[in-house]
Amino acid sequence: MKLLVHYLSPLKKALFWGFSIKILASVLELLLPYILSYILDSVVPAGEMKMIFFWGGMMILAALGAYFGNVAANRNAARVARDASRAIRHDLFEATMHLSSREVDGLTVPSLESRLTSDTYHLHHFIGMIQRIGVRAPMLLIGGIAITFFLDARLALILLATLPVIGVSIFFITGRGLPLYQKAHASVDGMVRVVREDCGGVRVIKALSREQYEKERYDAANRKLVADETRAGVTMALTQPLMGLFLNLGLVLVIFAGAYLVDRDLSKPGKIIAFIQYFTLMSSSIAVLTRIFVDYSRSLASARRIDEVLSVYHAHKESPDTGDAATGEIALEFRDVSFAYGEKYDTVSHISFSLERGKTLGIIGATGAGKSTLLRLAMRFYEAKDGEILVDGLPIAHYGEAELHKKFGVVMQSDFIAADTVAENIRFGREISEEKVRRAAALAQAAEYIEAFPDGYEHMLSAKGTNLSGGQRQRLLIARALAGDPEFLVLDDASSALDYKTDAALRRTVREALCATTIVVAQRVSSVMYADLILVLDRGRIIGAGKHDELLENCALYREISESQMGGAILE
Amino acid sequence: MLRMAGYLKHYPVAVCTALFLMLGSNILALAGPKISGLAIDAIAGGRGRVDFPAVRRYVLMLVVFYLLSAVMAYLLSVLMVRLGQKIIYTLRRQVFEHLMTLPVSYFDSHPTGDIISRISYDIDTLNTSLSHDLLQLAASTVTVVGALFMMFSISRPLLLIFAVTVPASILFTRFKTKHIHPLFRARSVKLGELNGYAEEMLSGQKTVRAYSAEDVTISRFDTRNEAAVGAYYKAEWYGAMIGPAVNLINNISIALITLFGGVLFLLTQTKADLLPIFMITLGGVSSFVQYSRKFAGPINELANMMSEFQSALAAAERVFRLLDEPSEVPDREDAVKLPRARGDVRFEDVTFGYTPDKTVLHHFSLSVTSGQTVAIVGPTGAGKTTVINLLMRFYDISEGAICLDGRDVREITRETLRKNYTMVLQDTWLFYGTIFENIAYGREDVTREDVERAARAAYIHDFILSLPQRYDTILSDDGVNISKGQKQLITIARAMLSDAPILILDEATSNVDSRTEQKIQAAMHALMRHRTAFVIAHRLSTVQNADVILVVQKGSVIERGTHEELLAAGGFYATLYRSQFT
Repeated sequence: MKLLVHYLSPLKKALFWGFSIKILASVLELLLPYILSYILDSVVPAGEMKMIFFWGGMMILAALGAYFGNVAANRNAARVARDASRAIRHDLFEATMHLSSREVDGLTVPSLESRLTSDTYHLHHFIGMIQRIGVRAPMLLIGGIAITFFLDARLALILLATLPVIGVSIFFITGRGLPLYQKAHASVDGMVRVVREDCGGVRVIKALSREQYEKERYDAANRKLVADETRAGVTMALTQPLMGLFLNLGLVLVIFAGAYLVDRDLSKPGKIIAFIQYFTLMSSSIAVLTRIFVDYSRSLASARRIDEVLSVYHAHKESPDTGDAATGEIALEFRDVSFAYGEKYDTVSHISFSLERGKTLGIIGATGAGKSTLLRLAMRFYEAKDGEILVDGLPIAHYGEAELHKKFGVVMQSDFIAADTVAENIRFGREISEEKVRRAAALAQAAEYIEAFPDGYEHMLSAKGTNLSGGQRQRLLIARALAGDPEFLVLDDASSALDYKTDAALRRTVREALCATTIVVAQRVSSVMYADLILVLDRGRIIGAGKHDELLENCALYREISESQMGGAILE
Repeated sequence: MLRMAGYLKHYPVAVCTALFLMLGSNILALAGPKISGLAIDAIAGGRGRVDFPAVRRYVLMLVVFYLLSAVMAYLLSVLMVRLGQKIIYTLRRQVFEHLMTLPVSYFDSHPTGDIISRISYDIDTLNTSLSHDLLQLAASTVTVVGALFMMFSISRPLLLIFAVTVPASILFTRFKTKHIHPLFRARSVKLGELNGYAEEMLSGQKTVRAYSAEDVTISRFDTRNEAAVGAYYKAEWYGAMIGPAVNLINNISIALITLFGGVLFLLTQTKADLLPIFMITLGGVSSFVQYSRKFAGPINELANMMSEFQSALAAAERVFRLLDEPSEVPDREDAVKLPRARGDVRFEDVTFGYTPDKTVLHHFSLSVTSGQTVAIVGPTGAGKTTVINLLMRFYDISEGAICLDGRDVREITRETLRKNYTMVLQDTWLFYGTIFENIAYGREDVTREDVERAARAAYIHDFILSLPQRYDTILSDDGVNISKGQKQLITIARAMLSDAPILILDEATSNVDSRTEQKIQAAMHALMRHRTAFVIAHRLSTVQNADVILVVQKGSVIERGTHEELLAAGGFYATLYRSQFT
């Protein structure tokens, strides 16, 4: 809850103000049954018609007062919740955007997503709720007990005895019901999985005429789900009737005991009527309190998950930009670099090479050989464990993050496209002129298809670029990489969806129009065969380095790959 | 809704019992305040004059009534849960079984997420409305009518108070549906946009950092955040009134009842000539207050119930639209079984289009004899799968004929037609289950040995043995980490189990390392042996050895011939082929 305290403390005044009105409004509400019993027991027997109207008017006034107080307090609560959750969300998003890749790996993207979406929502909801009913419910409960004691201490004791029974039974049932619901949720996932699989595999299913088998498979999942949901539903079905029963039995007890007290002139009938009213108020507050407890534990978990991300971010230290200009002819150099994602074994080990400015580096190897890892290390998404990486003659730790990244124009594997215009996707938040955007698109062989859109560069793309073909997506991403005039153009398996004609044209323009140093990661020999230096990676080690012809001669793995591809997937 | 209610018809006993329990528990509960009022009247005599036998009688009655009512209410809930689950089960089953009969085109044109939301979320909504809201509505009606009747019997003049409060709550309800509900909807939309943006940016976090676009991204997030919390505040600003307003109307009617009830009670006590209609006892006032609460509850809930019914109606429409979706055209009645074809395939003057206005095959003819290989080549998205869709009768042609062993495929039952094909597609389809189940999928009578032989032929046996659970290893999204290439090999093993005379094969194996690639290639070659093969080709060797090459572009077959013929023709194929060596 430290997190909540931190974000709510700037809003102290508003909180205090809201609580005060809320308490006032609750007191007014509590007065109503009291006035009721006063009218029936004292005013009516006295026979004063005027006083009945006076006190009846007071009841209406109290009701109106409670209304205005509650509305004002609720609005205040909404404002506090808005301000607090705006700040929480902002800080959390800022933190996630700055997390290092290793931190993102540790927290995982789906988990970060749910922290940003459902956890902040829970907190928002909770902050609002605790102000609205978190004050009212205990006030009504405690105030109700106080007033009933004041009215008649003996009857109040009866009341007090039944309340815990109601509370405990609700708590107990909810405690048993919630795990059952969680189980049912898992079964929903199981049922949905079958549907999802079958929608994706409908061709296979039909080809093999396995519809009947699938029906049975679905039926099993469906049955399990129904069984689980029934169990949870039946358990929770007890809550309402049980609560009502306890409440009503308490009332019966009050009436029964009241009869004896009235008979001995120790109490008055009007008080019993008031008791019935208080009892209803109080038992509904108990139900509300149970809900608050459930919500509280959920919000506590949410707050903890948000706090975890924030504290990771706060531990960051940023090295300042140096502003040093490029020196030397060597654009990129690895000196005996090793790195491991986990603890166990090195993903890449003892990598050394150097690349001159304006040259092209090709990296080839099997999946998991460590190709992309080399890129991530060069851009300092991850820190190397051993060895040194130099960009423009300086160790990369020397540069500020933004300064280093500016040197690179990158197209990553299955890179992402935002639901925005084509131009904005190329610009990607940077200040790049219209003219440069167009030039980059032309270089990336994307101009032709972009200009074929009726609204050209203003064409809206859907999230993940699903309204583009694979090749179009990749050309757009390459345009993005080129638009910032990078020193390095990095293509991580970026031309795999391009047909050969486009791929060749792209290579040509990049070579001729840019003097950027290019790094190409690929699985196809044809994508790297023109590079000035090709590294062949196998299980994290360089097992061959040189030009295409040299490697064909003296690197067995390279020759094997080359032959097996036989010119590769020429026709895609 | 009517059609939905039809599902209730199958459970007449349960529905009648539910109605009985609902009526019983509500009427018993309704009697409560009346009896407690009578008890208070028995007490009201004051000191020494309390009518104890009456009090005891009433208290006993109350206990029995409340107990019975609670038991009935509990039984009712349990019954409704069970009934609801039965209906939901039937409905889900119907939807799924119908799904299985739908043509492939339905799945091609409807996103999976949409289908899933119909079979899970929509059916749930429907069930809630059916088993909960419907009952609630009935119970509310009973309560309102009953409470009204009770109040009528206690004091008619006091009923006039509702002439003030009921219109007030109706007015408020209308205000709520008109002005507040749209604000809450707007709030969900804005929140959805914010979440969408967050998810999108999170998935591209590395790219954002690579381009140092954090600040811009954060400020865009802030704009959406502001819109989301703003919409929240706007909705809450009005929403803040809902709870208090309901309480206000309640409290005012209680105040008015007390006031006028007090006056009437006083008159009853003091004026001897008071008309009986105005007479009221103290217990009467007490009961009246309690009934007024019971009366107000459902009226306040009415608006919520109405909106829930509306969403249930929308859900019902979506579910039933799926159920009404036409199934695959059934096999012709005189359709023959063709359990084992030779494998001669002929396209005779076939014209076909996915939509009527855009044909992709025009008067296409092709003759393939048993054992030949047809290679289909062309750029991505050019429509290479069309031929496969037609061969397997996933789609039916509009003109011409496709023949298998000289017989029009429409004269053959779908099941036996499809059994003549074995298929390896690019997007490997594996389901949650063991490796054994995944490989044996095509057949019912396969033994462990058969599966292992197929796995060996697909070069995946050794890998499977290296897994801790071997063939019993469960394949799941979050379970064992098997690579794309290994998945492909498993689907090849599945195809190996089939002895179908015709093979459909998609050669594409992107993102696979070279060693696995070699294995896949070898396995595919083994599959092609002795079979008529339609191959979406990606390898030069396949293309060069093919008997016919079909070059597909923009959905149409633009060139056809052997490798040499096409090169000599100097068309699109020749350009494609040469571009790799420039």
